[in-house]
Amino acid sequence: MKCDLIFAGVGGQGVLSVSAAIGTAALSEGLHMKQSEVHGMSQRGGAVTAALRISDVPVHSPLVSSGSAQLLLSMEPLEALRYLPMLSKDATVISAMAPVKNIGNYPDLQEIYAQIRSLPKAFLIDAEQLAREAGSVRTSNIVLVGAASKFLPVQADSLVQAIRSLFERKGEKIVEMNLKAFQLGRAAAH
Amino acid sequence: MNSTELGHQMLLGDEAIALGAVHGGASLAYGYPGTPSTEILETCLGYAKVFPRFKATWCTNEKTAYEQALGASLAGRRVLVTMKHVGLNVAADPFMSSALVSIHGGLVLAVADDPGMHSSQNEQDSRYFADFAKIICLEPADHQQAYDMTREAFVLSEKYKMPVVLRIVTRLAHSRGVVLPRSASAINSVNKAQDPQSWILLPNNARRQWHERLTSEATLKNEIETGPHNQLSLAPGDDVLGVITTGTARNYYLEVASELKTPVSHLHIGAYPLPEQKIQQLLAGVKKLVIFEEGYPYLERLIRGVGNSSPKPISGRMSGEVPADGELNPDIVRAALGLSVQKGLSAPASFTIPGRPPQLCPGCPHIDSYASIKEALSAFGVSLVTADIGCYTLGAMPEYKAIESCVCMGASIGMAKGASEAGLQPVVAVIGDSTFFHSGMTALVDAISANSNITVMILDNETVGMTGGQTTILPSNGMQTRIKDVVLGLGVNPEHVHVLHTHRTQVHVNSAIIQKEIEYQGLSVIIAVRECIETAKRKKVTS
Ligand code: SF4
Repeated sequence: MKCDLIFAGVGGQGVLSVSAAIGTAALSEGLHMKQSEVHGMSQRGGAVTAALRISDVPVHSPLVSSGSAQLLLSMEPLEALRYLPMLSKDATVISAMAPVKNIGNYPDLQEIYAQIRSLPKAFLIDAEQLAREAGSVRTSNIVLVGAASKFLPVQADSLVQAIRSLFERKGEKIVEMNLKAFQLGRAAAH
Repeated sequence: MNSTELGHQMLLGDEAIALGAVHGGASLAYGYPGTPSTEILETCLGYAKVFPRFKATWCTNEKTAYEQALGASLAGRRVLVTMKHVGLNVAADPFMSSALVSIHGGLVLAVADDPGMHSSQNEQDSRYFADFAKIICLEPADHQQAYDMTREAFVLSEKYKMPVVLRIVTRLAHSRGVVLPRSASAINSVNKAQDPQSWILLPNNARRQWHERLTSEATLKNEIETGPHNQLSLAPGDDVLGVITTGTARNYYLEVASELKTPVSHLHIGAYPLPEQKIQQLLAGVKKLVIFEEGYPYLERLIRGVGNSSPKPISGRMSGEVPADGELNPDIVRAALGLSVQKGLSAPASFTIPGRPPQLCPGCPHIDSYASIKEALSAFGVSLVTADIGCYTLGAMPEYKAIESCVCMGASIGMAKGASEAGLQPVVAVIGDSTFFHSGMTALVDAISANSNITVMILDNETVGMTGGQTTILPSNGMQTRIKDVVLGLGVNPEHVHVLHTHRTQVHVNSAIIQKEIEYQGLSVIIAVRECIETAKRKKVTS
């Protein structure tokens, strides 16, 4: 088993915690993995990407080869389109709907949606709305983890545990909110 | 990650080095923040909170950090010093000469290169520095090696009485992999170096020390050559492809190696000086050679020799099969080995995806400072704004177009003085609080001495913003900025020193003051104060 994942978003959207949640779950199942992250300058509102490679045999490269990622999880619709060349022909794309328009030449949003919908296997999730239902917009990224959960090589239970441990020190209320966000996201991708 | 429990851990390369240092018997760690090295010392600071026997400190700059490490070594303790590649330029003076002293407590320099310049102004390769100083350089390929080699580096440093360079690159520093730690080594007690002459680099002593280094070079080379980190595997036959990988390049090669149809002889280099015999052995039995190294074609150049005199054809960065710049990835390695690169989904045809470069956070104090500076300068014809390294470099973005130079830490003030003396006036130098302490102060002394006709704007956001909000070495407290005392103490005329609260509502008031100081034919220093909003947010969350 080998599963390459790409995470995308804009600096400040919590791309790294999404990657961390899934990575922690995979580690708890004894799987091999490597994860690459972007720190530094691009975290200031720039395009941010991370990669997570999970396998049942040791993983060498922290970077994904072109055309081989099975899943792209994007916190932002334009960013979802940026990494298409990394995806395999039958990859699943899950993207949040809310745009981050911090650049002057942001393309027409409907056009972006149309592009995403035209992909072989794509889900546009109103993560912001679902996050609000869960209790806070700040859980948007966990909504997306939920949406991705059916396509990941890890059990939903391991993800729930990982989310717990990730938010534990912020108190039970925050944990519950994020778990609800996870369930809402999971129900939304079908 | 503060756990030092034994058992598998998922760590950043930077975190693995910090853990390796703590387990390797280090008592101290010093450094200056710089991507991608920052998390090494950040992790050390976490350990320092739980282990009273371990201390970690951010320093004013990389040079002071390195010198503190030297002091610790003289006192007999093991010490880690960390910085990014360009930071080693700042520390080059103590670094180069430290190769001549008899290191006592193990001294390990963890330096992080940034091929591809994700967050840097160049992609210099620190292996040249290790070579320049004639000292050992270890280059971990993965997270486990980052941990193991850090520990080993302390032992080598004490054995050969020299600093040891641990060279990593962004993709190791900022990727996560599994590390299995071992139980910790004991720490050295304080025990002053016995031979003081070897630490006093008067010409006479330095000549002796240098001579000793040169005479023991062969032994050192041989030990590194035959050590565990330079692994050669030879394939039989007369149609063998030779592959050399160094450091993290091995990961990409191993990723694609199973796709190769021809037999391969592979040399992996993880420790320098170069294993010359192994390279020759490899060359002897292969038809052609492909070299994968992250950074400059350091190895490739040496193997090619003068006039490309290598006996076998070589593919690498110099011949173009591997791009001459930027970082490696599995696709590049595949292409250089003649393997096919897969095509993924196509990008949309109906529009091009615009880039999304980094930018100043909405509400950042620098935005208001730049608005004031630009308004003040609009009263003049030609002018120049020199700037420096930090978040405020993003003032170069098209929406601000507020700065005209960014070269290296602290350059803004010296460049302003030079430009002004060359006849280009008015000149404003823009520098952040941490960069000012790092290496702006010395240039300011020059400007004071000459009463240069420049206006220095120190943007005091009370933090090291770009690298994630470390505390400035002498933290300010709002308008009570410490920088004012420093500037006055150095001797700037108090009539031309101002502290401004930089804010959206103050742009015009501040621009009037800046304009007056620009008109003044002499040195002015204006300190624009407001806390970085990211740091302020973080403080709120943690308090
Ligand atoms: S991190 Fe702070 S200093 Fe840097 S851009 Fe954001 S607000 Fe400004």
